[in-house]
Amino acid sequence: MRVAVVGAGPAGVRAVEALVAAGLTPVWIDEAPDGGGRIYQRPPPGLLRDPGKLYGFEAGPATALHAALDALKPRTDWRPETLVWHLRPGAQRLSTLHRGRQAELAYDAAILCTGAMDRVIPIPGWTWPGVTTLGAAQIALKTQGCGIGRRVVFLGTGPLLWLVAYQYAKAGAQVAAVLDTTPFATKAMAAPGLLRGGTTFAKGLYYTAWLRARGVRIAEGITPLAIEGTAHGVTGVAWRDSAGRTHHVDCDATGMGWGLKPEAQLADLAAVPFRFDAQQHNWVPQRDAAGRTPVPGIYLAGDGAGIGGAEVAEIAGARAALALLEDSGHRVDAAQVTRLDARLARQARFRTALERAFPFPAALARAMADDTILCRCEGLRAGELRAAARAEAATGPAPEVNRAKAFTRVGMGRCQGRICGAAAAEILAAELGRDVAEVGRLRGQPPVKPIPIAPAAEAA
Amino acid sequence: MTTSCDVLIQGGGGAGCSAALHMAQRGLRVVLLERGLVGGQASGVNYGGVRQQGRHPAELPIARRSREIWGRLKELIGTDAEFEVTGHLKLARDEAEEAELIAYLDVAKAYDLPLRMIGRNAIHQEYAWLGPKVVAGSFAPEDGSANPRLLVPALARAARAAGADIREHAEVVEHAHDGTRFHLRTSGGDSFAAPVLLNMAGFWGGALAARFGEPVPVVPLSPNMAVTEPVRYFIEPNLGVVGGNVYLRQIRRGNVIIGGGHGESDPAVPWSRPLPEVTLQTLRRAVELVPALAGVNIIRSWSGIDGKMPDRIPVIGPSRTTPGLFHAFGFSGHGFQLGPGIGAIMAELVLDGRTDIPLDAFRIDRFLETAA
Ligand SMILES: Cc1cc2nc3c(=O)[nH]c(=O)nc-3n(C[C@H](O)[C@H](O)[C@H](O)COP(=O)(O)OP(=O)(O)OC[C@H]3O[C@@H](n4cnc5c(N)ncnc54)[C@H](O)[C@@H]3O)c2cc1C
Ligand SMILES: Cc1cc2nc3c(=O)[nH]c(=O)nc-3n(C[C@H](O)[C@H](O)[C@H](O)COP(=O)(O)OP(=O)(O)OC[C@H]3O[C@@H](n4cnc5c(N)ncnc54)[C@H](O)[C@@H]3O)c2cc1C
Repeated sequence: MRVAVVGAGPAGVRAVEALVAAGLTPVWIDEAPDGGGRIYQRPPPGLLRDPGKLYGFEAGPATALHAALDALKPRTDWRPETLVWHLRPGAQRLSTLHRGRQAELAYDAAILCTGAMDRVIPIPGWTWPGVTTLGAAQIALKTQGCGIGRRVVFLGTGPLLWLVAYQYAKAGAQVAAVLDTTPFATKAMAAPGLLRGGTTFAKGLYYTAWLRARGVRIAEGITPLAIEGTAHGVTGVAWRDSAGRTHHVDCDATGMGWGLKPEAQLADLAAVPFRFDAQQHNWVPQRDAAGRTPVPGIYLAGDGAGIGGAEVAEIAGARAALALLEDSGHRVDAAQVTRLDARLARQARFRTALERAFPFPAALARAMADDTILCRCEGLRAGELRAAARAEAATGPAPEVNRAKAFTRVGMGRCQGRICGAAAAEILAAELGRDVAEVGRLRGQPPVKPIPIAPAAEAA
Repeated sequence: MTTSCDVLIQGGGGAGCSAALHMAQRGLRVVLLERGLVGGQASGVNYGGVRQQGRHPAELPIARRSREIWGRLKELIGTDAEFEVTGHLKLARDEAEEAELIAYLDVAKAYDLPLRMIGRNAIHQEYAWLGPKVVAGSFAPEDGSANPRLLVPALARAARAAGADIREHAEVVEHAHDGTRFHLRTSGGDSFAAPVLLNMAGFWGGALAARFGEPVPVVPLSPNMAVTEPVRYFIEPNLGVVGGNVYLRQIRRGNVIIGGGHGESDPAVPWSRPLPEVTLQTLRRAVELVPALAGVNIIRSWSGIDGKMPDRIPVIGPSRTTPGLFHAFGFSGHGFQLGPGIGAIMAELVLDGRTDIPLDAFRIDRFLETAA
């Protein structure tokens, strides 16, 4: 049986581990030069650094995952630096690109462990040079050992906000401010549920306390007003506090993000149906607790199947592999299945509390000023999307996001709506007076990421 | 309760919505029933070529008529749908293809279609970015391209403003004819009746024709499309080749839209998808025409569903079995340009009982004759 695993983050590693243990030799693909995924992304060779410094509290799991990754590579058809840009469920084929070379790959079953990306809300000035997502700010630090600036403001909400701010401060960068759009009270109310998460919650408290103790400026329950800057870069951030007073701080870079969203484009191309998960405030591909989708042969695990974090990703990866093995007639250890299921259920309860603690501030997206750039690929402003939703538009009103995309080009650029899609849906929903789930989601189209046209000479 | 009207239109593509507009403007009570959203099928996802050059001679009078409407779209529907008269440059890559270009000059002349032949030396002088494989070209200055995503919704909005009743998410699931009137029922359970029914249901027009006893050999056609990221604007004309295995155009924003070959589809659902190997094959042909495209990124690919007839021209005209039924479907991959004109012509056919445009070549019973 030909099994393909896409992604070598926590979910992919544990999925492959279970497949190899059952005697299979999967094709294992990741577009990155090495495995590890987002949380345990490795520096390039020659830039080796101490895991304790790189991953902090996560040094233990990071080292364990990397060891598993390196041990598994020779026992699989390991293909790093390979992008899966299309997946055809009927033909059961993956289209891949490796260093400019195209190849098609047949599979009987595939486990998609494609991870997540930052969820962004455009605010005035977010397109100045020096603004990145929280995740990108962290990746720069983790893999390249450099920061996005000398004096950095971190803005948004979610565990990553506090983690990245901590990591920057620890690495010696000046953290000019941490601005959380979630009020302290909201987080405090979710605390009892968060305690179930045990160490994860403790880590979060630790980062916040650590930053406070070092006198880092912290503001919660804020409304961002603008990232100030020029064509040369960011100069500061302005915000309003919960009492309505405006504030400003100078900085030369800003990292921002409001939680994560699944990178589920391959699942979409595979024709897996999606549902709106109100708790996560994300569209997620449908799957059962074990990772089986309604599309035969397609399994999902990790943050690409719905945000759960690294611990969940590892368990879910193993669980999805066992589901695949079970479905294809292999014997699996029932006790192991039960153990994994119990751990997944426990984590799910913690997740609920976490989502309550850091809710997606939909109102911020909905209130976006008309002249704020919403879709940076297409240079489209929020007001232009609103205009397309109105009946007076020459095309008539756009009742859902794909129609709005057709009329305005929102989400039609290089990123295919991966960045602006969530905010665009909120704006459209607000303008139409509907719930965000009712305006739908941008449908995926191949390629999931841009692929270059080969020169004529090579093409022959 | 049944809604009665003068004309029922099944299908809200370019053809149907233009017909609704033209008939409503002449005072008819029109109800158009569309299964999904107007312009959601072929008319909304096509390549956007507004081209007369290279068409079957029988289509040229319709194309000419349609081109006249394209020129005044803004007054008609409130937007020009990004229609730009960039010219259409059809290229030859060898002598046989060049001979075809030359042969078409006579056809163009007979239909007053302006066309200019560009020879071997001149072509690379005029278009320095063309690759060495190109040996000649023929330039149609009146042709160009438009944004297919805008045309039909704007036609529908104008039709509504003129009084047409356009219903979306209204799939027609039952048809009857009582001798004088058609009775249609939608999936939502609504009933409609009218003495005239226009079959403008694209590929699915074949099923409707069959329902009234005139089946035709229509098959789905799914051109394979891709678009690049925006790059510096340098390809002004809409480009095609003899044989049509690749075509491309650049919009002012910089994106290059590239078509060629066919994807896969299932009209029963309906869904359509591009095929990766076809996309890559088309890109190889495109980079041969325009070598500067090398390294430019493809950001999206897609397909759609049109109805293809064996002779690659549509069915247009009255039914031979049922009085009051008129067909206009099966545009065989080139009905986007024709849409606006088709609506005007169908309005004449229904209201005046005649049109100046010769339609004989498009008779629905032409396939019976060849079979016999
Ligand atoms: C930028 C970023 C930083 C993060 N940092 C932290 C952190 O410090 N701590 C924390 O607890 N959580 C962090 N997270 C959350 C993170 O999503 C999870 O902790 C965890 O990494 C999820 O594991 P996973 O295996 O599901 O996905 P990932 O670890 O994201 O792994 C997915 C892998 O799939 C590959 N992939 C995706 N699509 C394709 C494709 N089409 N073709 C080929 N390969 C593909 C990717 O290259 C990647 O290696 C971060 C998330 C992001 C986006
Ligand atoms: C990818 C692609 C590229 C193309 N490129 C070009 C080009 O560059 N230039 C050009 O001139 N042409 C092009 N074409 C062809 C052109 O798009 C079509 O010929 C034209 O749009 C057909 O218009 P239509 O109104 O007949 O069909 P459609 O636009 O398909 O409209 C028919 C409508 O009928 C509806 N319908 C069907 N059954 C029912 C039912 N039972 N009840 C209610 N409604 C129903 C459908 O939902 C559909 O919306 C292309 C086509 C495709 C697919």
